[in-house]
Amino acid sequence: MEGEKTFMSRMGDGSIVYQTAEEIRADILEGVADAASRGKIPPLSADEMEHIFEIVTMKGNIVGVEPGDEVVSTSDSGGYKLSEKCGIPIEKSAEAMVFERAYGCDSVDIGFPDYNYKTVKGIADREAFVMKNALDKTTMPLFYGAMTNLGFYTKPDGPVENWAELLPNGRIDEALAAQEEAVEHAVKDIVYVAEHMYRVGADGMNLDSSGAAGDADFLAALKATEIITKRFPNMGVELGMAGEFVLGMHGKLTYDGVRLAGLYPHKQVKLVEKAGASIFGAVVNTNCSQTFAWNIARVCTFMKACVDAAVIPVHANVGMGVCGMPMCEIIPTDIVCRVDKALVEICKIDGL
Amino acid sequence: MGDPFSTDITHSVVAGMGGIRTAGDLVLRMQLTHKMKINEAKKYVADKLGVTLMELRDVVTMTEIRTELGLGTVEPFDSSNAGMEAKFRISEVTGMKINSVERFKERIGMK
Repeated sequence: MEGEKTFMSRMGDGSIVYQTAEEIRADILEGVADAASRGKIPPLSADEMEHIFEIVTMKGNIVGVEPGDEVVSTSDSGGYKLSEKCGIPIEKSAEAMVFERAYGCDSVDIGFPDYNYKTVKGIADREAFVMKNALDKTTMPLFYGAMTNLGFYTKPDGPVENWAELLPNGRIDEALAAQEEAVEHAVKDIVYVAEHMYRVGADGMNLDSSGAAGDADFLAALKATEIITKRFPNMGVELGMAGEFVLGMHGKLTYDGVRLAGLYPHKQVKLVEKAGASIFGAVVNTNCSQTFAWNIARVCTFMKACVDAAVIPVHANVGMGVCGMPMCEIIPTDIVCRVDKALVEICKIDGL
Repeated sequence: MGDPFSTDITHSVVAGMGGIRTAGDLVLRMQLTHKMKINEAKKYVADKLGVTLMELRDVVTMTEIRTELGLGTVEPFDSSNAGMEAKFRISEVTGMKINSVERFKERIGMK
């Protein structure tokens, strides 16, 4: 309606959009309903939805949590954002000091730019040396981080047949067997890297973007977590997800008797706990075609159910394109701060 | 991912404990080693340091305490600890077992 007051917000791709209060409230309702329906979880209460409306429409470029409600942070950036992304020539162990003493982070992960354990296996001793240097110079906890990335184990670069080629050709049994074989290779590589990091004193391992290649990928991360936490005392594991929903690329894989395909965060976290992880990195996807109001309402519905179900700390993944963060490389801070406030105040997350 | 200003820095300013500016590193250590949820972890660390929960997230109070106890600060001048020496003190003061401290002790023949 002409002349009606509008609020500046953004779409899931970061572009600016102006919405009326009525439109924002409608989007919040739709986002909540979508999550509740897909996850078969309770919707947010009317008060919680009203709080989301307040956060979305709150005045100010930056909004923040109430004093005393602060949480802690972990990362899945490899500690190379300055060097590899911003092009500032700085060595990774020095970069960890910047995260600690300039950015106010509670931890950072050391990692290799080709962020996967298969690649790191070949240079694990060199990466461990970087970790050792960083541990000598920093006070905060340091993780070693990388992705399971099961797709890297397929031919021609890896040892097993490519299930993405086998499946369309109807070679189902071979596709399933290839994924099962890849799981075993990945577990060995992750544990091998973890052993190097343990020897130099790493505080934790970050198994990032688990499930990126589907249920077999998630299974490899769970199995590796189980071994790491038993074999290496005093070194915890954070297991973070790639998406909100475990894709059934295999479809029949189970862990602790639970089928992995189709699990949403509130069920994923129970298996992550069973595997022995200390922290669960929960993910809800951002939909680029929907508004921030729709996305954050949907995110909070999923995340609240996950935190309610969890015994271990839950860190919401708030990088590009997840948990309401827009899908753009340089992310607008007016949305970032509203994401954080909503996750802390509505979902009671344990960290970011 | 995303750029460091819009992710790491903004998260720290908007909702973070601030790492060694306050006691965020210590709270995270309790999550990592004891699987404590955020409020339980904060209470554990506050009790160990003898501060209130509001003091635990206050940069002025915590800079004084961290300097006094040698727990590491963001400006580690000659009288302050940093890095491994700070982690030795954190381990002593809070009773946490820190992997890098334990491995360091092994390497120099302390255990």
